[in-house]
Amino acid sequence: MRIAVLVKDVPDLVEELELDESGRALAVDDLSYVPSEWDDQALEEALLLKEASGAHVSAVALDTGDIDNMLYAALAKGADRAVKLVGDYDRTMPGRQRARILADYLADAGYDLVMTGVQAVDDLDGQIAGLLGGMLGWPHASVVRDVAVGSGPVSFVQEYAGGRMAEFRSATPLVLGVQAAKKPPRYVPIARIRQVSRSATLEEVEAGAPSAESTLAVQRLYRPEAQGHATMWEGDAAEVAAALVALLDEQHLRS
Amino acid sequence: MGPIIVVVELQNDAMSPATGELLTRARQLAQARSTRVVALGFGEAARSALAASGADDAVLVVGADPYVPTLAEAALRQMVRETSAGLVLLANTTMGMDLGAATAAAEGRPMVAYVTSLTAVEGGEFTATSQVYAGKLVAEVAVPEGSVLTVLPGSWPADDAVAGGTPVREVAVAPESAMELVRTIEPETGDVDITRADVLVSVGRGIQDPDNLELADELAEALGAVVSCSRPVVDAGWLPRARQVGKSGQTVKPKLYLALGISGAPEHLQGMKDSEIIVAVNSDPAAPIFEVAHYGATCDILELMPLLTELLGEAG
Ligand SMILES: Cc1cc2nc3c(=O)[nH]c(=O)nc-3n(C[C@H](O)[C@H](O)[C@H](O)COP(=O)(O)OP(=O)(O)OC[C@H]3O[C@@H](n4cnc5c(N)ncnc54)[C@H](O)[C@@H]3O)c2cc1C
Ligand SMILES: Nc1ncnc2c1ncn2[C@@H]1O[C@H](COP(=O)(O)O)[C@@H](O)[C@H]1O
Repeated sequence: MRIAVLVKDVPDLVEELELDESGRALAVDDLSYVPSEWDDQALEEALLLKEASGAHVSAVALDTGDIDNMLYAALAKGADRAVKLVGDYDRTMPGRQRARILADYLADAGYDLVMTGVQAVDDLDGQIAGLLGGMLGWPHASVVRDVAVGSGPVSFVQEYAGGRMAEFRSATPLVLGVQAAKKPPRYVPIARIRQVSRSATLEEVEAGAPSAESTLAVQRLYRPEAQGHATMWEGDAAEVAAALVALLDEQHLRS
Repeated sequence: MGPIIVVVELQNDAMSPATGELLTRARQLAQARSTRVVALGFGEAARSALAASGADDAVLVVGADPYVPTLAEAALRQMVRETSAGLVLLANTTMGMDLGAATAAAEGRPMVAYVTSLTAVEGGEFTATSQVYAGKLVAEVAVPEGSVLTVLPGSWPADDAVAGGTPVREVAVAPESAMELVRTIEPETGDVDITRADVLVSVGRGIQDPDNLELADELAEALGAVVSCSRPVVDAGWLPRARQVGKSGQTVKPKLYLALGISGAPEHLQGMKDSEIIVAVNSDPAAPIFEVAHYGATCDILELMPLLTELLGEAG
């Protein structure tokens, strides 16, 4: 079983999201980036499959800038191979274009299973698992957990609202948008990633050019208009606690 | 313009509230653009929902029940092609995520995800707003004819249900599928039912360490409340799944929802935004949770919880 895990980085939401002068896009060069948290889940699930049944795991990323560390981290965690798709790419590339480049690469790269995060915080124009499934004409499913691989079909569980779920079996090649791994993603110390970056190599693959296919026109990007913003209680924790108790009393919510 | 296709989704065997919302907007837009609404439902289970859709054309896909992603996708794509759909509306649920992006990509149509508003604009196209960056930003986008949209449940109100008089037409889908259903899994029932609690002390990733859950337990006890949580707390194995509030967990409407260290991602808000009173405590003043909360504070929850417990004990 050959598994590709697609990984990308996204703006760190802990920091202020600065917009550029146009007001239609993020000031991409001024932001800091972190691996997309659901891609981490997908990678963890793939590594657990490797440990359970000997799957071969490749981490694959588009070279939109400063992504080497993310790939070295995947190797440090246990991935067998790291592939960097290189071309004239940058971080402003819409998801749809990224998907096309990835689809063209995946079409004949020989993977049985492609795993991605279920979504990313910036996939305005569609989640990658569905986009790839549609482009490649491969079966695919989103909001997936509990993936199992053997010699035959791949099985997985799909989650719905209210905690309902269903188990499926699918032929390969298959694309899965992973919601959560069986265990929280493993941690590797930075020192270990550095060490790997000195000995391992990233495989570079020249990939296609970004296409203009079905790109969306963003007219404006803005912070939610505070229609119903909370009344804020200022002060330290003790003052907030007192305000909360007063509210509980007023609402007769004390037990 | 070609028809507006609405994908009908079921919840507890009836039309899901999100589907009612989509149908409501579809009927308005169809009128504005002089076109029809086509409701597409999967399998016999969807028959009564289709009959109550108020659509101009209600189509039941024979043999696509229960939901199997590949079969539903084949049926939707066929319908989109045959009708030259002017818009395709799905809820941003598991089903919407399965079918929306794939249909758009396979049929060469634009796609907008996480939609929160959709209006017709002069000149023929549409405008949508979409929630991105976990609700921290809103994107306003031009929506060309032919687009596929997945809409966040609860984005706009639904009209009252239409009386069940819409004629239902059947279509077949090729039965061979790369994917098959093995079994359905019912929700885990937990020790407590968080949907019945008057007061919820709900903790998010801001709790930082499972040992700190004790602080939430003690606070809940002092309040006569129940502890619930956001998804990452469940995924980390710190609390059972039955305690999870949100899109893939429970929908709750307590008298008081105390959100502690929860950022307020759309998937969380979906499960609690209709609570009577929402109090949010989060050290990040820009956290989206403050957009839905009635009261808020930015102090440290690890400091607040024991102080509050103590205060409640003293004055109780
Ligand atoms: C298909 C799908 C379904 C999903 N279903 C659900 C669902 O049902 N329920 C759900 O909750 N999520 C769900 N999610 C996940 C959702 O997108 C978010 O990732 C999740 O809600 C974030 O949880 P959080 O707010 O606890 O964590 P974070 O977003 O990490 O927020 C933690 C917050 O705590 C604050 N904080 C940290 N330390 C402190 C402190 N000491 N004092 C005060 N504040 C502090 C931080 O400022 C931050 O805002 C789903 C996602 C997908 C893709
Ligand atoms: N026939 C159907 N039509 C539409 N949605 C369905 C159908 N069957 C299942 N679903 C979806 O799949 C989820 C889980 O289905 P189930 O476990 O069969 O109740 C439901 O909450 C719906 O989102």
